[in-house]
Amino acid sequence: MPTVHVFARDHINTDEIIPARHLTTDVESELAKYAMEDYDKDFVRRVQPGDIIVAGADFGCGSSREHAVWALRGAGVSAVIAPNFARIYYRNSINNGFLALECEGITELFQDGEEAELDLKGGTIRNPRTGKELSFVPVPQFALDVQKAGGWLEYMKAGEDVEGERLDNASTSAGHGHAGTPLGDDPAKEDGPRPEQASGHQKEEHHA
Amino acid sequence: MGMTIAEKMLAAHSGHDTVVPGQLIECATDWVLCHEITTPAALRMLEERGMDRVFDPQKIVAVPDHSVPAMNIKAAKMYQKLKSWVQEKGIEHFYDVGRGGIAHVVLENTGLMKPGQTLVSGDSHTCNAGALGAFATGVGSTDLAGAIYAGKVWFKVPETMLIRVTGKTNPGVTPKDIVLEVIKQIGADGANYMVMEWVGDYIDQLDMEGRFTLTNMAIEAGGKTGIVAVDDTTRAYMQQRGVSPEQYTEYQSDPDAKYKVVVEIDAAQVEPTVAYPHIPSNGRVAGSDRIRVTHAYVGSCTNGRITDLRDVARILKGRKVAQDVQMIVVPATQAIWKQAAQEGLLEIFVDAGASVSYPSCGACLGMHSGVLGPDDICISSSNRNFVGRMGDPSAQIYLASPATVAASAVEGFIADPRRYDAEGNDLNAAD
Repeated sequence: MPTVHVFARDHINTDEIIPARHLTTDVESELAKYAMEDYDKDFVRRVQPGDIIVAGADFGCGSSREHAVWALRGAGVSAVIAPNFARIYYRNSINNGFLALECEGITELFQDGEEAELDLKGGTIRNPRTGKELSFVPVPQFALDVQKAGGWLEYMKAGEDVEGERLDNASTSAGHGHAGTPLGDDPAKEDGPRPEQASGHQKEEHHA
Repeated sequence: MGMTIAEKMLAAHSGHDTVVPGQLIECATDWVLCHEITTPAALRMLEERGMDRVFDPQKIVAVPDHSVPAMNIKAAKMYQKLKSWVQEKGIEHFYDVGRGGIAHVVLENTGLMKPGQTLVSGDSHTCNAGALGAFATGVGSTDLAGAIYAGKVWFKVPETMLIRVTGKTNPGVTPKDIVLEVIKQIGADGANYMVMEWVGDYIDQLDMEGRFTLTNMAIEAGGKTGIVAVDDTTRAYMQQRGVSPEQYTEYQSDPDAKYKVVVEIDAAQVEPTVAYPHIPSNGRVAGSDRIRVTHAYVGSCTNGRITDLRDVARILKGRKVAQDVQMIVVPATQAIWKQAAQEGLLEIFVDAGASVSYPSCGACLGMHSGVLGPDDICISSSNRNFVGRMGDPSAQIYLASPATVAASAVEGFIADPRRYDAEGNDLNAAD
């Protein structure tokens, strides 16, 4: 099971995730050495492949540097889970097929260093110690399509013959804060609830 | 149903008659702005995928600005990567070191980017250009690569926040104070995913330089962009750059356009505002606490324009920067540098004991030419005061207007610029 690193503060920004002094490279393994350096210098020594970061709201705010996603992925992080994300970080995650899961109340679900059960198909994350579980906002269908294609550039290249059509047909209700199709569901069934309803749903706790 | 100015621009660039917030679109980009930090990664991605082409070499503007003149060998290589690509692809608009400056401020002055157009760049302060009545937003390197390759980008149509600023500001209060006050009120993610559309008679009276400061900091509230609709001020600004109204499209929001949030600001109530560490929403009135500063910085894409430098010179003229303060002034572009020289502003700065540097983003993001050391305390006209933003994580950054930075540099403590009148006279001196 992956270990959870809890960074509970809101507004953890990309300057903290990867400081500008390291931006003279875009090599993921290089950037990985400095992941979270200005927030928690020791993080890169603790993190193991597959680990999860649980963070406060507005994660990834500030600079547009995609290096933030690369540094975390390079360090072995498999997903970041936060109540919400700053928009450029969020789209960088989507474009890289890197998991950014929106989940209200997530910072209370874990203590730092605990293990987590992440069920991507079921759309839930569970703390096996407490038995408590939360549902995250389903990943937008568009993000899944991009991930499946291998990233935004592959998605765009593959779709050059059908320019401008796919987004409207498949993914109109998807996007940040809007519930799309849960992972593994049939995209044709997509009829997600509005954000207000979705946020109410997120707060439910299911005891195992 | 009516549409906002942002919705109209996005509809026009995605082949739709109308769009609604939440809708995903593929949007054509009229312009792509490239600097040397995020572009090399985008070019590598394209090369690795056999997608090494540019959608239109005349629609790309390349301006090295972050780590130039090259701060070290790695930076020199990134610059070389950008420049060799420019040469290889025949990128028409390249503003090299010595001929450019900070990319956003270079672009706003070229007349290339016009009202009604769309722009993306691998830089979060791309929202700056929204003051032209355009749709401009920052993206990562992958989006940048896609835009370079195909001239398009995916967007979720954003909701819009309307910010109505009415009345007149008191002397000593600037657009920077207005935007810091707004961010204080709505929070550092108060406009996350939203467009910030600025209206009101304060905006109507505001020059373009001030409008750029407002739209530039949309990202500090999480915004997708800031926009000011075209008016006579915009038209005159474009005309001065050789662009007549027939050459661009003006969009205005419909009277029945839908806004997610409306924020009302009475300009007369806004005071000189300082954002305390470590988040731009942490605003307090300038001078309300006695805080010693070790560094003062005027510059950046937010506040390195000629109007900003004049405001600094007004206060520094005939005065000295306090003994223990290191002050640097960075004109945002070569053209602004030259104008400041012609107006005698640079001499005032040098006489006051400030270092005048070449145009660059260096100090703002702690890359070079003004990096803060442990426990340094900086009053800065830039846009972010995050931990480690300007150097060592223990340094403290206070964001303020250029006038507040100048007043603080003289005093050695964070100071209220209202102490000085429009001619720079010290109103306390008569006591």
